Amino acid sequence: MLTKRIIACLDVNGGRVVKGVRFVDLRDAGDPAELAKAHSTSGADEIVLLDISATQERRATLLDTVRRTARQLFIPFTVGGGIRTLEDAAAVFAAGADKISINSAALADPDLITRIALRYGSQAVVVAVDAKRCPGSLRWEAFIHGGRKATGRDAVEWAQEAEDRGAGEILLTSMDRDGTGVGFDCELTRAVADSVRIPVIASGGAGGAAHFAEVFREGHADAALAASIFHYGFSRLADLKQELGCQGIPMRWPC
Amino acid sequence: MIAIVDYGAGNLVSVKKAFDFLGAECEITSDPAKVREAAKVVLPGVGHFASTAALVESGLQAAIADRIEDGVPFLGICVGMQWMFEGSEEAWNTRGLGTFAGECERFPAAVKSPHVGWNSIEIESSSILFRGVLPSSFVYFTHSFRAPVNEVTVACCNYGGKFSAAVERGHLFGVQFHPEKSGDTGLKLLSNFCAV
Repeated sequence: MLTKRIIACLDVNGGRVVKGVRFVDLRDAGDPAELAKAHSTSGADEIVLLDISATQERRATLLDTVRRTARQLFIPFTVGGGIRTLEDAAAVFAAGADKISINSAALADPDLITRIALRYGSQAVVVAVDAKRCPGSLRWEAFIHGGRKATGRDAVEWAQEAEDRGAGEILLTSMDRDGTGVGFDCELTRAVADSVRIPVIASGGAGGAAHFAEVFREGHADAALAASIFHYGFSRLADLKQELGCQGIPMRWPC
Repeated sequence: MIAIVDYGAGNLVSVKKAFDFLGAECEITSDPAKVREAAKVVLPGVGHFASTAALVESGLQAAIADRIEDGVPFLGICVGMQWMFEGSEEAWNTRGLGTFAGECERFPAAVKSPHVGWNSIEIESSSILFRGVLPSSFVYFTHSFRAPVNEVTVACCNYGGKFSAAVERGHLFGVQFHPEKSGDTGLKLLSNFCAV
């Protein structure tokens, strides 16, 4: 049976893993390569490394960090942040990433999705959608530049367009829930997951096992991503997967 | 030396990294002459079945076919495994090597496609590739087309019906999933291939 994936995310700033609340107030959480390996050992199904300062500061993705992290990692590894061209993507793949994640650049130049997919395959292209709820409605707006800039685009429609252009997966982050630990935005996740045929990774708001169970069952997510609950040891990944397995969510277990 | 055949389809770094980790001497190459000298041949592949057409134009297909004829161990990964069959619904104009009978086909509309993630497989105990791998193991898949189950199937996966997760005949091996991305299970399998 195809399992639901638990993805550990490393938000990297200046070569260190950091974690913020609602995209601001960053705290240090450790070395990317060490954390990636530790998460893999304790059962992460996938690792995502996001260079969160890359677009903002307009510098290239930290290829060295990627190379160091990829070296001893034998589970899928996605890298995002600062990828603006096919050449940027090529450098990240050459450094050992299996998939790249693009957000700001994809919205500015949607054909970039197609160009990378044609060269590396759709399975290697993750389009990250940072979505913020429009007050008092069941609509969400897509944001870029690490949540700093509104685009006026409807998040669900943008996810559908990304699929049509060749994206292999959608990494969907609720900006309202990011870093809060109060649970995923299941309505947002379900709205997107039911509108596309490609897998949707839910992100933002994980605080405990019940939240994961909820986003798989109610939100129809194919995978769920979290960062801070794993880094600070609030919840051991292996314990989380065991608990979800006991609740009847298909999990890769034992890992 | 293990030749990892590069025909311009996707990213081969992960495959090399896994063999490097296992201490196996390997090289990514697009040179048919290198393939003809290799002790083992690996054909990875992500992306479109049509990309395998480049194997014919470059002379790599002839080199691989000769190497297989010589009895050199061969491993096809993902599209590389599908290429060992006769063809694929993904690109009717591009023919496979035809080592194994059957055509690859699309997943039924009832399931999400591509099939992405960790799925369980049923392993035949006779398999060389899966020697020492637990029967309940999970491996990482990412694909939109699948190969049929037939007499060369040594591992089955079920996703909208059964398909071949791995095939094996003599010194010829193929896996639909990505052993280089399947954690310890995948490394064990690659290490078994190195030991053939």
